[in-house]
Amino acid sequence: MKPAPFAYARPADWPAALALLGSGARPVAGGQSIGPMLNLRMAQPGLVADLRHLPEFGGIAVQGGTCRIGAGTTHAAIEDGAVPGRLGAILAGVARRIAYRPVRNRGTIGGSLAHADPAADWVAVLPAFPGHAVALGPAGERRIPLAGFVTGIFETALRPEEVLRAIELPLLPPETRWGHWKFCRKPGEFSKATACLLAIPGQAPRAVLAALDGPPLPIPDATALLAAPEAEADRLLATLPGLEPWRAALARTALRRAAGMAAAGMPTA
Amino acid sequence: MTRLPIRLTVNGEPAEVLAEPRTHLADLLRGELLLTGTHIGCEHGVCGACTVELDGAPARSCITHAGACDGATIRTIEGFGEDAVMAALREAFSAEHALQCGYCTPGMLVAARDIVLRLPGADEARVREELSGNLCRCTGYRGIVRAVMRVLEERRGR
Repeated sequence: MKPAPFAYARPADWPAALALLGSGARPVAGGQSIGPMLNLRMAQPGLVADLRHLPEFGGIAVQGGTCRIGAGTTHAAIEDGAVPGRLGAILAGVARRIAYRPVRNRGTIGGSLAHADPAADWVAVLPAFPGHAVALGPAGERRIPLAGFVTGIFETALRPEEVLRAIELPLLPPETRWGHWKFCRKPGEFSKATACLLAIPGQAPRAVLAALDGPPLPIPDATALLAAPEAEADRLLATLPGLEPWRAALARTALRRAAGMAAAGMPTA
Repeated sequence: MTRLPIRLTVNGEPAEVLAEPRTHLADLLRGELLLTGTHIGCEHGVCGACTVELDGAPARSCITHAGACDGATIRTIEGFGEDAVMAALREAFSAEHALQCGYCTPGMLVAARDIVLRLPGADEARVREELSGNLCRCTGYRGIVRAVMRVLEERRGR
């Protein structure tokens, strides 16, 4: 239960951080996912690059209709309303259900997304948003659609020389509907099935099914799920053979409940 | 492995220790600074026994490693002697039989103080949700929840 030895570096600026990545360092933000994996020796990096002190790593900036959330923004900041408007209310509801407050005080949205644990909350909901992950590499910033960012278990579209710099999401009109449901046997535990549905007025509703044994499954047009949750959940599950029956049952329930919440126009919390 | 100089402020006092980067904060506090009030349970961030105040907010000291603590301000259970909210919680924990073996208590108190200050209007369901990150293996939750509610209600009544 003690980590294997590793060296520690705290880059002072982004070029220094990218240089460390180039030399094979494992980037760490809040450390709330990698910390347990280090202690359990599931991860044994030779060198850790601590990103927490980099300039503008955390923080929210709104420009035009886009909200840019620094990758180092903590779950607790989002829970406490750092993101404005309807978008902020939806994200706050998600953040509040991540692990426990002492974890949320350190853990970050970008760290969690880049870590890409299939059961993690941001991994499960961000693909529903028509936004981008902003990757920073030696050539500058590159935008990756959130629906395709997580590509596998602990795998993302980030290149080895890139770091997740920010997440950009569109601000949402007040009448945006949202449903989010996850199953945990105990509050704060890793989810066994998560689904969400985002219905922005004038756009096709978007949904995600996640916390399965692979990357999240984005549903780019969830019109059928919103209209007929029971039948469409059954149809979607039939496309996912190999799930154990209890996982399939939870996934079906998650889809139905998320769609039902969005259909009823329920608030986020 | 090389040991790094780590400078901290712990319970208001500056401290400097030499530690391997892999040393977690709970071991550093207990082993180097002899602050054994911080308890170590699961060592992977689940049980909450090691919860301390780190830069002003509760955090798991077992999954925060030494390098990340350089320059940090830490308050352990030993550092709350003069704190009025913690004094009220200590009284309430005693009155409501919120401790049995005491192992989870330091982490419970740090979490409880955060609930009282951050969520002054919390009801019992919310207190239980917020305490879900602190495990008590004596099955003592009932008393702990009552103790937190007692302090919340005292403060609301003022």
